[in-house]
Amino acid sequence: MTLLNVKRTPGRVGWQAGPVGGVLRPRLAMVVLGALALAAAALAGSVSLGQFTIPFADVLAALTGTGSEDAALIVLELRLPRALTGLLVGCAFGLAGALFQAVTRNPLASPDLIGVSAGASAGGVAAILIGGVTAAGAGSYEAVPIGALAGALAASAVIYVMAWRGGTITGYRFVLVGLGVHGVLGALTSWLLARADIDQASRAMVWLTGSLNGRGFEHSWWAGIALAVVVPVVLALSRPYQLLQYGEDTALGLGVPVHRARMILLLAGVVLAAIATAAAGPVSFVALAAPQIAKRLAGTASVPLLASGCVGAALLLGADLAARLVFEPIELPVGVVTGAVGAPYLMWLLLRANRLGTGG
Amino acid sequence: MLLAALLAGVLLACLASVMIGAKAVAVPDVLRALAGERSGDALVVSELRFPRTLLGLLVGVCLGAAGTIAQAVTRNPLADPGLLGVSAGAAVAVAAGIGVLGLTSPLQYVWFAFAGAALAGALVYLIGGTGRGGASPVKLALAGAAITALLGSVTYALVLLDVRTLDQYRFWAVGSLAGRDGELAAKLAPFAIAGLVLALALTPKLNALELGDELASSLGVKVGATRLLGALAVVTLTGAAVAAAGPVTFVGLVVPHVMRAFTGPDLRWLLPASALGGAVLLLGADTLGRVLDHPAEVQAGVVTAFAGAPFLIALVRRGKLREHTR
Repeated sequence: MTLLNVKRTPGRVGWQAGPVGGVLRPRLAMVVLGALALAAAALAGSVSLGQFTIPFADVLAALTGTGSEDAALIVLELRLPRALTGLLVGCAFGLAGALFQAVTRNPLASPDLIGVSAGASAGGVAAILIGGVTAAGAGSYEAVPIGALAGALAASAVIYVMAWRGGTITGYRFVLVGLGVHGVLGALTSWLLARADIDQASRAMVWLTGSLNGRGFEHSWWAGIALAVVVPVVLALSRPYQLLQYGEDTALGLGVPVHRARMILLLAGVVLAAIATAAAGPVSFVALAAPQIAKRLAGTASVPLLASGCVGAALLLGADLAARLVFEPIELPVGVVTGAVGAPYLMWLLLRANRLGTGG
Repeated sequence: MLLAALLAGVLLACLASVMIGAKAVAVPDVLRALAGERSGDALVVSELRFPRTLLGLLVGVCLGAAGTIAQAVTRNPLADPGLLGVSAGAAVAVAAGIGVLGLTSPLQYVWFAFAGAALAGALVYLIGGTGRGGASPVKLALAGAAITALLGSVTYALVLLDVRTLDQYRFWAVGSLAGRDGELAAKLAPFAIAGLVLALALTPKLNALELGDELASSLGVKVGATRLLGALAVVTLTGAAVAAAGPVTFVGLVVPHVMRAFTGPDLRWLLPASALGGAVLLLGADTLGRVLDHPAEVQAGVVTAFAGAPFLIALVRRGKLREHTR
């Protein structure tokens, strides 16, 4: 017996070393690594570029505590927490989108469309309107993330309970109930905005677009803890996650505990989306687009999980960098740019896939 | 039978919409107004309530029909008219009209909203329709979502950069029949009628599409052309509705699902039922909104959502909504 058995088929390499083995997909791995590299580059750019450009060597010095005080202030107090929040939130959005799309088997299912973000929006706007106005913009409202989290979790709980029937939740029921809840909460948000005083309405609008402005380490902590708790659970369920995408019957036939796996995976998606929204506002499009972009780049038939998270992180962080730099000194909320950058890219991918005849 | 009941419902909703409001009007006054008298309460009815009711009727019918066709064309039960980028196109055009050109009244926005809706719909169709097999449901839906996100960003940017724009835009964006000019319904009616006729004419072919593209084409249906015309009907109908009342959510999504529980999937029945059901929902919501927060108004778009969602959820839970596609 050889120490390492390797078997090649087009697009994948199977390996076995003693009792452990697995399948390596070079293209998928390339996508994950490429997205990670992009995200790392965006992280580095976010920390060093801006109104005051700080050379990368000085950034490193500031991080190790040997640099100048000014650089340390800008890097450690302003830019690093913001960039880390963007990285983690983007990753959480990407993962949440992948989970929803895989479990419901619907490419349009994402927290943006099925109620979770709408709950966060209504909660956050209510917190802004009730909580009054402070000087530094919506990001600094203490009550807003709490309101958003409460709104998202309450909306998710309603969706979850209402979609529950006969001891299980089907993806289809989850999506339709989610749409219903989304409609109600979206209307509630518009109504709150139309009733509000115009100053408060315009502040709420900035938050609603999704912005990383003024985010501190506490926000990245939230997102980080959510990821640390949820990702291991999801990875442990990666086989059911894969098989659920082939349909319920196939998954059942292959011995997947379908009902339990589906409920846990949906719950994981809800938690990630809720906390990400609480930290950065309901940034549109990342959760919808990241899984689709990852899938098309990797050329897989199913929605790849980790690649979606990595693409989400790169997308959000890159968008935030662009939002800060392009119209300097005006800083756009990141949600404006995720749509403006992500959508044409998704369209290009769609067009290319359509030309090659592999679209849809 | 169902259609007769719905027709009666529409008449009742119209009557309620004419009679109920900041000032209640009795039936005799409504009749006097119909007879052409223009004094006292009859004046209120003929000057304010009639145009508003007619507009509500138009918007409701358009949205109900557009939602039905959108769901058939994309074969996605999540499809509502907003999904094909139509509402987003209208929104961005209105925001640009307010912000860049300084428009101030809904009568001025109308053609902006309509043009924006049509352009966005065409763009979605172009992108979704390239490549082998033409416009498949998933391609259309994804292209619609992408265009919606792109235009949404532009709208957000326009609204965020100028407070005055936001101040007007937020009242348009909530979806309402309040304060619309009397001529609006007459201006938009030709589009609504053209869209309805086209949609009705397409129903047999769209029925065949529900069986799947291969089966439909073996039945002699030109799949690509049918889908294109269906999308055209959706854009025309939604464009008219959005131009009249702003993006009223939920009518186009919920009504077809609710009606499908009664009529079954045959579009020849589902389409008229949804059109009438849309009118009942919208007129009822508008009337209710006038009473709820008296003397202020809750906008119709808010009420439709709150009224429609429990319906949808109840139907989902009772298993009335099957995964009729895929």
